[in-house]
Amino acid sequence: MNDLVRMAGIEKRFPGVHALNNASFDLQPGEVHALMGENGAGKSTLMKILSGVYARDGGAIHVDGNAVDFHGPRAAQDAGVGIIHQELSLMNDLTAAQNIFIGREPRRSFGRLDEAALNRQAAEIFSQMNLDLDTRTPVHQMTIAKQQMVEIAKALSYRSHILVMDEPTAALNDAEISDLFTIIRKLRSEGAGIIYISHKMDELKQIADRVTIMRDGETVGTVPAADTPIADIIKMMVGRSLNDGALELAEYDDTSVALEVNGLSRGHEIRDVSFKVHKGEILGFAGLMGAGRTEVARAVFGADPSDSGTVKVHGQKLDIKSPTDAVAAGIGYLSEDRKHFGLATGMSVRANIAMTNLKQFSSRLGTLDESAMQATAQEYIERLGIRTPSDRQEVRLLSGGNQQKVVIAKWLLRDCDVLIFDEPTRGIDVGAKAEIYKLLIDLAEQGRAIIVISSELPEVLRISHRIAVMCEGRLTGILDRRDATQESIMKLATQTMREQSITQTGAQ
Amino acid sequence: MTTDKPDAQVGLFGRLVASGAHQKLLAFASLVILLLGFSLASPNFMQTSNIIAILQATSVNGVLAVAATLVIITGGIDLSVGTLMTFTAVMTGVVLTNLGLPLPLGIITAIATGAFCGFCSGSFVAKMKIPPFIATLGMMLILKGLSLVISGTRPIYFNDTPGFDQISNGSLIGAFFPSLPIPNGVLILFLVAAAAAYILNRTVLGRYCFALGSNEESVRLSGVNTDWWKIAIYSLAGAIVGIGGLLIASRLNSAQPALGLGYELEAIAAVVIGGTSLSGGRGTILGTLIGALIMAVLINGLRILSVAQEWQTVVTGVIIILAVYADMVRRKKSA
Repeated sequence: MNDLVRMAGIEKRFPGVHALNNASFDLQPGEVHALMGENGAGKSTLMKILSGVYARDGGAIHVDGNAVDFHGPRAAQDAGVGIIHQELSLMNDLTAAQNIFIGREPRRSFGRLDEAALNRQAAEIFSQMNLDLDTRTPVHQMTIAKQQMVEIAKALSYRSHILVMDEPTAALNDAEISDLFTIIRKLRSEGAGIIYISHKMDELKQIADRVTIMRDGETVGTVPAADTPIADIIKMMVGRSLNDGALELAEYDDTSVALEVNGLSRGHEIRDVSFKVHKGEILGFAGLMGAGRTEVARAVFGADPSDSGTVKVHGQKLDIKSPTDAVAAGIGYLSEDRKHFGLATGMSVRANIAMTNLKQFSSRLGTLDESAMQATAQEYIERLGIRTPSDRQEVRLLSGGNQQKVVIAKWLLRDCDVLIFDEPTRGIDVGAKAEIYKLLIDLAEQGRAIIVISSELPEVLRISHRIAVMCEGRLTGILDRRDATQESIMKLATQTMREQSITQTGAQ
Repeated sequence: MTTDKPDAQVGLFGRLVASGAHQKLLAFASLVILLLGFSLASPNFMQTSNIIAILQATSVNGVLAVAATLVIITGGIDLSVGTLMTFTAVMTGVVLTNLGLPLPLGIITAIATGAFCGFCSGSFVAKMKIPPFIATLGMMLILKGLSLVISGTRPIYFNDTPGFDQISNGSLIGAFFPSLPIPNGVLILFLVAAAAAYILNRTVLGRYCFALGSNEESVRLSGVNTDWWKIAIYSLAGAIVGIGGLLIASRLNSAQPALGLGYELEAIAAVVIGGTSLSGGRGTILGTLIGALIMAVLINGLRILSVAQEWQTVVTGVIIILAVYADMVRRKKSA
């Protein structure tokens, strides 16, 4: 018995929810053990219990063969359990080294800090990770990927031999993911155990040794990662099988252009981008993070200024200076960060749906017609299948997929002909994703022009008529769905990078 | 982007300044411009006596602002610094005048009372999870009331304690350098500021100040007892306010129980002008000192130019808005 971790019969109840029901889990030395399940299946809760954030209501936990009962994260850290939380939890105003050793700063007498020792120790950890990063760089100046590395360094600094990573690649591009995997493999070869929570199936195949699947707070089973078909894993996750092939799309009318963008440019971020979207078409936008896809969307929408270029809607040239102009022209933009830009999460479903269209619900004196808003909200809840107890429920209490539907409802109400979806399924589980796809396809069939920006290639391939690929601010190509493959997209997405690396080596 | 040169051997002062140099540059430049402008406008402005008057006027607000800076960097706010200052002065009056105890006990009382009240505010915030704005608003009213109750709404004079007025008004520096009669109050302000800057940049307590303001949940998940540290920071701020109470009582040679309301806003204004972020995580003591000086220079200069007092207040308000706006523009550019 040399399990690193053995959890058995774990129970956890929150008010009104049986979050974990007889959950079990084990981790061996030198293993990457993936933990999968839909949102709300209990993965994060189970790991928070292992790392001492939550107290369990029942069951037993053994770490290195010893029964443990962690009161607080510190106790778990001392036992060698490190966790890297889903939401990056760094202190932005502190440096890398200060973040890594928060709570355990090398000290001198009278509570004085030993900054030199702090930076030296952090640098040692970075060099173990083969990471080239100045320990004195404030975290807010780093890319998300570097911040992730700091998180890992922090976990390692506790001499953790059990490392929990909760969706570590959610915000990383492919190159960064491969760096992360290199570090994970190095840790594994040194005998550490890694628990890897992810929604991404392809990553699982690359990195995991075993997979444990959770559903509704229970562990459904543990299977070897390499030999188990993805379809089987999904079946275990959702309790039913899902089709992940390309979806049936209706033909669109290629004579009727809904949105035409010509020569759009801004500094280095957007360089001479031109494209058309037709009525009834779904145009996918693929590219690595930072390729300029969101920037293009925001410029078209008037949220950011552009240096040059024209935007035509239904053949009419428009001068869009602000989102107000864009909305008036029938362009809607659903931002990638629902919580920050898309929704007032503390307000009700009804208030959120009515939000962008209050004029429609207000009298001349500016008073709001609640019953009209309720009727409209109710209509969209049914039309989009938003799962909520009532239209008065606060949006923050809904799942990610249902929150996304509320955002969609909001924009449908504006009656936009052109809808731009930026990462519409980020943070949404497999089942809800399928519903969002169906919704996008329905919207296109109703004659709307849809742009979908997505970092997940399989997703772009499944739902787009055509796929526009960007790299470093340029639109490097538009592929028809018949010709597009993951490989052909990646080739376009890395095109200018390769060209540049020949001419200017070493530059970023 | 950073002005820090990691490898260079920089002195303590250099390190304290460099940690947020560009942030304060703006405030510092404004201060220089104000000084130049006023000295061109009036020959009386640059007189030694007037400069000393400005510094003297800065001392109390400066000390309160240093205390407020600590709390604001944690992402909190302290609305009770003004009435706490008065309360510590009144308590000192009780000990020295009503009980007739010796001067050192009075000094200890002021600082201990301040620290205790800070401990209470900190506990309301950290343990009872009351938002800092509300907790310190309540504290502000409690202390205002207590000051009036304990003093019987009458000023307490320190005529029986010889030397009490020297705490603020005497000049230790002047005793050695007769040409530089800088009052002790100013000296104390600079000592307090230096100590606070040291604590903020060089100690664990200071590190948690910034860390709490940056991302409190993350600090907690790192296994740090955030409640305890937060209470410690509020207590330290309270103790510093106690020093401010001593200064004001010494300057007036009395504890004026009706005084205090409004001081907290001036202190917060100085902090904000000095470039400390009200959302926490960023700020410097040097910036706060410059902020406090800007306010004092402005009031003094306008008075010398015979601008009515009502208008001085208006100008102060405009300066606060301009200072924060300029800081935001600068930050946007550097981002």
